[in-house]
Amino acid sequence: MPQELAYLKESASQTAGPYVHIGLAPGAAGFDIYRQELGHDITGRNAKGERIRVEGRVIDGMGAPIKDVLLEVWQANAEGHYAHPEGGGDVEDGFRGWGRVISDFETGEWSFETVKPGTTKGRNVGTQAPHLNFWIVARGINIGLNTRMYFGDEAQANTADPVLNLIEWKHRRATLIAERSETDGLPTYRFDIQLQGENETVFFDV
Amino acid sequence: MTQPGEFYQRDRSIQPAAFTPNYKTSVARSPRYSMISLQNSVSEITGPRFGHNDIDAGDNDLLTNYAKADESPIGERIVLHGRVLDANARPVPNTLVEIWQANAGGRYRHKKDTYLAPIDPNFGGCGRTLTDVNGYFFFRTVKPGAYPWRNMVNNWRPAHIHVSVFGSGIVQRLITQCYFEGDPLIPICPIVQTIPDTGAIEQLTAKLDLNATVPLDSIAYKFDIVLRGRRSTLFENRLEGN
Repeated sequence: MPQELAYLKESASQTAGPYVHIGLAPGAAGFDIYRQELGHDITGRNAKGERIRVEGRVIDGMGAPIKDVLLEVWQANAEGHYAHPEGGGDVEDGFRGWGRVISDFETGEWSFETVKPGTTKGRNVGTQAPHLNFWIVARGINIGLNTRMYFGDEAQANTADPVLNLIEWKHRRATLIAERSETDGLPTYRFDIQLQGENETVFFDV
Repeated sequence: MTQPGEFYQRDRSIQPAAFTPNYKTSVARSPRYSMISLQNSVSEITGPRFGHNDIDAGDNDLLTNYAKADESPIGERIVLHGRVLDANARPVPNTLVEIWQANAGGRYRHKKDTYLAPIDPNFGGCGRTLTDVNGYFFFRTVKPGAYPWRNMVNNWRPAHIHVSVFGSGIVQRLITQCYFEGDPLIPICPIVQTIPDTGAIEQLTAKLDLNATVPLDSIAYKFDIVLRGRRSTLFENRLEGN
């Protein structure tokens, strides 16, 4: 018998369930318990760059918005640095680049404000277009889904993006690109995530 | 250094598939197309970090963090403890672990839960903590009760505590559920059974840990969590990120 590999196996994922808010957003579940809930402030006070709003819904295979979804967003600052030792460079004081967002229980709409991220280094060579990394959990989702949102007004950078170019079916790339509009003077990007069916959003095995 | 040290590929053979029709909600909430495989870039190997300014010392004590002074929730007092490790069996230090659960009667403190078992006025049902330098964490709580749910007509969830863990990069992010040794509802639960591997289910089952009980106070269960490992060829001298 050859020697056994001593690696441990990753713990299996389970759905976050319908009451995920109790743990990760207790105010929304209906009670105040912590001094501060985490993930409300993505950028901190000192972040440079363009302030933007991102909004959307997560839609199931029957076309209905998911009203108990929780999303986490992870992004670089305006200079393309992540708040992490391997993130490419320094970030502003108070910039975490991480947010936690829940949908409205009645409409399924979610939104958050942040700054538009800069370009980041590609895996080997080249540059990644500005993007937000999303992680999506909910009742009925057994393992968190990873996707990315790109910006509709970055057409040139998007064309050269190494990840978008991995998607063989060109029409599917469009599912990751959010169009820009404006609400109350704030640039707004609309990013509806289609879990299943026509125009299904691209999800990544990262 | 032209490319990042990657995390080991996720072993999907021990992870639940997206489409698991016995768990009915998964039917309309599962993508139909294959995922696109991504080799890790800086966007995947990095992730948020948390410190002691973010949380409070008592946040991991569910026996007191929502109880009135000199009162206590009703139920079996337990300590839930363990370590967060990566696939190389290295501890994952200083990472955020968050839990949530029903009370001893199986009722959640959530405006959408209408189960007839009552709310416990002294129990909130959530806690959070950071692992120490050895990857160790613990919570004090009450053992949650089983509860019914609308899946098949007569489905009951086993007693469970939801667990959320971060790790050092976003690709290690994990939400799972902790079950309790010996619970006969485990093998007949459609959510548990979304996991295709019996060993992986056992790994989610906390074991009674008599050595860690507090005599005349609380019984203990041990629950270790394993996150994905990482190749360290490029960052051998750097502990952080591994």
